[in-house]
Formats: sequence, C-alpha cells, structure tokens
Amino acid sequence: MKPKETAEHYILSSSPHAHAKTGVSRIMLDVLIALLPTTAAGVWFFGMRAVFVIATCVATCLLTEALCRMAMRRESTVGDLSAVVTGLLLALNLPSGIPLPMAAIGSVFAIAVAKQVFGGLGMNPFNPALAARAFMLISFTGPMTTWLKPVSRCCGGTCGAAPDAMTTATPLAAMKTMFAADAATGATPHATGAIPSFWDMLIGNMPGCIGEVSAIALAIGAAYLLWRKVITWHIPVAFIATVYVYSLIAGGAPAYAQVLTGGVMIGACFMATDYVTSPTFGKGKLVFGVGCGLLCMLIRQFGSYPEGCSFAILIMNALTPLINRFTQPKAFGAK
Amino acid sequence: MKTVKSPFKFKGGVHPDYNKELARDKAIETMPVPAELVVSMSQHLGAPAKCIVKAGDFVTRGQVVGEKNGFISVLVRAPADGKVKSVEKRRGPAGGMADAVVIDTTAKPEVPETPENPGAGAAKGGPILPPLDWKTASREDLLKRVEEAGICGMGGAGFPTAVKLNPPPGKRCEYLILNGAECEPYLTADFRLMLERAPRIRLGVEIMRKILGMPAVRIAVEANKPEAIAALEKAFEGIEGNVEIVVLPVLYPQGSEKHQIYATVGRVVPEPPALPIDVGCVVENVGTVAAIADAVELGEPLLGRVTTVSGDAVAEPKNIFAPSGTKYSDLIAFCGGTKEPPAKVISGGTMMGFAVSSTDIPTTKTTSGLLLLTRKRVFQYSSQACINCGRCVRACPMNLNCAEISKAVEADDIASAEAMHVMTCIECGACSFGCPAYRTITQLCRRAKNSIRARMAAEKAKAAAAAKTPAK
Repeated sequence: MKPKETAEHYILSSSPHAHAKTGVSRIMLDVLIALLPTTAAGVWFFGMRAVFVIATCVATCLLTEALCRMAMRRESTVGDLSAVVTGLLLALNLPSGIPLPMAAIGSVFAIAVAKQVFGGLGMNPFNPALAARAFMLISFTGPMTTWLKPVSRCCGGTCGAAPDAMTTATPLAAMKTMFAADAATGATPHATGAIPSFWDMLIGNMPGCIGEVSAIALAIGAAYLLWRKVITWHIPVAFIATVYVYSLIAGGAPAYAQVLTGGVMIGACFMATDYVTSPTFGKGKLVFGVGCGLLCMLIRQFGSYPEGCSFAILIMNALTPLINRFTQPKAFGAK
Repeated sequence: MKTVKSPFKFKGGVHPDYNKELARDKAIETMPVPAELVVSMSQHLGAPAKCIVKAGDFVTRGQVVGEKNGFISVLVRAPADGKVKSVEKRRGPAGGMADAVVIDTTAKPEVPETPENPGAGAAKGGPILPPLDWKTASREDLLKRVEEAGICGMGGAGFPTAVKLNPPPGKRCEYLILNGAECEPYLTADFRLMLERAPRIRLGVEIMRKILGMPAVRIAVEANKPEAIAALEKAFEGIEGNVEIVVLPVLYPQGSEKHQIYATVGRVVPEPPALPIDVGCVVENVGTVAAIADAVELGEPLLGRVTTVSGDAVAEPKNIFAPSGTKYSDLIAFCGGTKEPPAKVISGGTMMGFAVSSTDIPTTKTTSGLLLLTRKRVFQYSSQACINCGRCVRACPMNLNCAEISKAVEADDIASAEAMHVMTCIECGACSFGCPAYRTITQLCRRAKNSIRARMAAEKAKAAAAAKTPAK
C-alpha cells in the first residue's frame, strides 16, 4: 500500500512510522554469506567441477525466476535474492559429477514448479531446492548417486577426467549395513576403512554432495545465522540431537558419524530452517526438528535409499501447517 | 522506599532507534498563549464533552466550556482568556472530527466575577479552584477535585482519571503503578517532568494513595533515564509505606499498561473487557500524577501539558508546556520553525503516533509529542508476501500469531482473526517494525479490531431494539 501525500504534502500512513530496516534481501544475503564457508569447502574438495555446478544452478534459478514473474505479469523478485539462495542450496545438494544440463533442469523445477507455481516466495509448501533434489533423485537416479572422490586441490585435471574413473560410495552406504552388523568383531569402522576418520568427516574430506561434506564449514555458517538472528536454535538442535540419540540407541556406526555424514548438517542448519516451509513458533520448530531427525534416521536404517535427509525434511514440510495449528501460542492474558 | 530492578520480563518487544538525545537535555519551556486556541471536546477516551459556550461568548482561563457527558467522560475548561470565535467540527490527530471551541485569546473578556462564573477570578491571577489541603480533605473531595479539574490519563489513551481512581465496589487497588517508562522513540516529556518536577509527582502519589486506600506504589522507569531515577529517589526520600522505584529494561513497549503491570508486580491482566483493576492495579502516567498534585494543592485544573516537539526537521527540538488547544503550527513556530521541509508530521511517537495531514490540528491533554521527520527518516516500502520468518510473533508482546492474523484480515476473514485473539492486540507496532516483507501487520490488526467493534455495536443496538419492542 503506497502512503498518499496530502495538500500540505505530508505523507500519511498507519503507525508504526519506524522500521528495523532489515528486508527480505538482507536476510537472503545473510544466508548466502553463511553458505560461503561450505561453498568454499565444496570447491576445495571437488574442484572446478563444483564451480560449474554452482554457477549453472544459480544462473538457471535466477533466469527462471525472472521469466516466471514476467509470464505471470508480476513485479520482478530477482532482487530479493531468494532465487540465488535456492540455486546455491540446490547446487550444494548435488554430487559434483552431475551433468550440467541435469543441474539446469533441476533448477528450473525448483523455481518454476516448486516455487512460482504456488505464487512465489512465501507461498511454496515445500523447500524448492529440496523438492528439486527429490525430483532429480527420482529422474536421474544414476548421476544423482554417483559420487566423485574428493580431491585436495582445485585443479583442471580432475574436472576434465571421466567421472566414473573416480567414483566411490558415500560412507552412508557402508553405515547402512552397520545397523545390522554384529558389533562383536572388535575392529572400529574407522580402522576397517569402511568410513572416513573423524577428522576427515569433520573437515569434509569424504565423498558426498558438494556442500554437505564439511561439517565444520556448515557449523561456521550456522553460527553466523544464529548470531545474525536469521534462524533460531530450535530446528538445528532438535534435528541433530534426534539423529545423535537415535544412532546411540540403534547402534551401528558411531553416532557422530551419522551426524557428520550425508545431509544432516546442511539439512538441519540450512534446509529445515527455511522460513516458508518450517513452523513459526518455537515449540513447533522443536517438533519439526525432532520429526526431521527421526524420519531421516528411519530412512537411513530401513529405507531403500542410503540417505533420507531430504525426504525427511520434505515430509515435515508437508506437516508444517498442521504443526503450526497445534503449537499456537497462548495470547498474553488469554485463558 | 527502595529502588529495585524489574523482577519480571515480558515476552517479545523490539528495540527501535530511540533518538531521544534530540530533546532530552532541553528543560521544559512554558510557551506564551498563542493568538488562537482550538479546544477540542474530545480530548479523552469516552463520550466527548458537551459544549456549553457559543460564538461571541467571552471565556476566562479555567472556565468550563465543555461539560462531562456521561460516566466515561471528562469536562473541558478554557486554557486561556479570550472570546469564542466559533464552535465547529475540527479534525483531531487520529483523523476523526469533533466539536471544538475556537478561542481568540487576543480579545480580553470583561466579565464580572459572579458565583455562576467563578472562573472570572482567574483574570485577576487567583487560583481557579480553591486549593485543598490533601491531608485534611476527604477522599470524596479529592476525587471530586480530580474530576472537576478535567484530568484524564496523559500517557496516550486519555482514560478519565476520576473513574480510574474510583474502583467499582468489590474491587480494591493493591498497587498504584506510576508509568514513567516513556518507551516511545523521540519523546522526552515525561523524562523532563520526572527530572524537573519529581516533588510534584511525590505529592500526587500521596494524594492518589489516599484516594485509593493506601495501595503499594511502584514507580516504573526505563533504565535509560538514570537522572530521572535519581531525581525521584531524592524526592521520595523518607516516604512511608510500601513504595518502590522499579527500573525496567530498555525495551519497547515497556510503557504498555499490561506489560508494565507484569514487569513490576508480575500480574497478568486477562483479555478485554478486563481492566487492570481486575488484578488489583491502577496505572497512571507520571504527567497525570503531577496534574493531580497541581489540581489539589494549587487549585489549577488540567489546562495544558508538556509536549516534546522533535524530529530531524525541527529547527530546535524542545519540551514545551503549552495550553491544550495550541495548534501544531504554533508549537513548531515556538521551536524556531523547521530547518528542512518535513515529509511526515506525527502526533505522538514513531511507534504508535498518528501521521497527520496538516499542522492546523490542535494539541489535546494526551499530546505527548509532535514529530517532524524529513524524507530521510520516512520509510516507504511496498509490502511483499509473508515469508513466515516469525519475527512478528517473536516481537509480539501479546504473544499473538500476527502473521496468520494479518493474512486472515487480508482475505477478509475477520472471524479467524477474532478466533486468534486479535482483540487483545495493543497496536504497539512491534510486528510491523521488524517485518522484513514490510507488511502492514499492525494496520491489518487495527482493521480487524474496528470491524469487530462495529459488529459488536450493531449487535448491541439490535438487542436493545429487540428489548424495546413489547412482547405480545
């Protein structure tokens, strides 16, 4: 609503006449800043190939956003940076070896189908990047589950080579079998080489999606978001704690390994905390976080995929309106 | 008497830029009576006063020009001598029209003092009402004095003070809470009053305690006013009974009645129509308390008040004691005019004040501030879709689901908004203040409340009409 000016040329508007001056674009910028460490780590471990995937996703998302708004004859929302965040998050949730046209198709799906069809930012029921990832996992199952071994240096040599020369399994596939394994062998999983060392898992020197491997980089980003008050602690803490406690009870791979591998860290800190698709109130956020952690572990233990993080969050996205409904706060003074 | 930290913290709240430094060091200046006063009959909450003068009448300072018109109403006195130019509908700060007496103060009355016109005594400089000794005066006399002095709450809402100080049978005031929070940005009128007139506030407290049957007293001041706290501590030294100065954390809307009650004594006022007295509390603004002291001890009715004139467009921000009915343009002229053209003129503070269309609007008993902001300070945005970030619900001191309420009102679903307790919204503006999508949440809540009130009034009228129809 545009305030109108009067004969004396004073602007009229309803109170309040002051604003904190933090807009949507500033929040999105904060998310991008928070994603910088893990983006850098992804590029460090997966080389130039990661840069190409990220560039493809971000550019395609921005272009799709602009075209959709034009087609809908609505004002452009490219400036709110939400499409950049979606593009970057999608890229960080893809294996570095993904063919670029597939990454582009996923990006179009994220913006056009998962977001703009519903009316744009604020109206989408599912996290666009995760919806696109799920779509790609089903459509391009092979490339989406083909993992390149991380490289320690960024070099032109690796990204030009044939991907299948260096493919490997993620630690998750190994960990899935450990749920059922007999723990009496005595050898730790690290010693047998089934999963990377704790240190490698912490810094991200293991196969996985571009942005999910480095737990430490993700934690730095999450700390920044908490400090900037962009997110609250509820969802990440509830999510990670649930995964940890579940793993302790279920046995198998060490509980910290369940937290540090796969999409738990990026999911808990950056995907599940998406405003639009997560509950509004603290209590609801806790329920949401616990639900995500629980579903993620159930899929990891019993599902047909080694990783369940993105499906867990998508299912909880669907439950968000219901959670909101049952976690309404009591008005101050209400009975 | 002791000073304590606020023992309870309410949920929510925001930290707007206070900008109080513009006027906080400016001592209260008494403004000369302007050439024309526009005295509104609707300066308080409740029924407007009934105008009893007509064009051509001479009025003297303190003479009643508007009679109390109902239980929730307050009388209005002429703030200065003069001749009534006209009685006409004039626009108030909130945009509504009300009867107002326009007084030409340059025309001097020649009215003999008669028992029917006791106010004429003022022309000779005597007290308008006979001064009372509060220690010997009866409770009823003191209460009557508050009423005939035309005092209403000066914090903003303007509730008739005599009504507030006379709880209905069965309800007892256990705590008298003095509101000196002044959490609105820019405003320093209450701060200056506490600093400069702390002994008057003490006297007012002693009178009010007597009227209310010796309740405990809590004086609530935000921590950013240490000088005022020191002045109050000095003035209240040696006072008997349970009196505490409660230092509140700096947080908007600390001055909200319900939140102040919670912050000082930990009691929660239930939903409307419950009032603070239902939890044994009476909250009065410090300005009102000083006005009561003046009315009793000096026989001086409420004819004017301290108003902060501030903002980056004002040549010299000031705290001005001006007669109620002074036009904004006269207040601005007394501050040396504007140094830059104002883009927005606000009656009150930036969080809850009214943007006005003209400076021809007069002050009332509740005008705590007048702000003139340049374009640099005016925020104009177009609102976007809610991104469900939750900032509004975290900021809401009433713990409402502001985001969903605003969406419901946008869809004209007032019933849903009502089910989400929109009527308890205090319109503090904390939700809109922090909204990154620049949604006009407060305005939407206000729209829902007005719509619900209109429906309730219509239902009441219908029920009354049905009751009148004789049963066959």
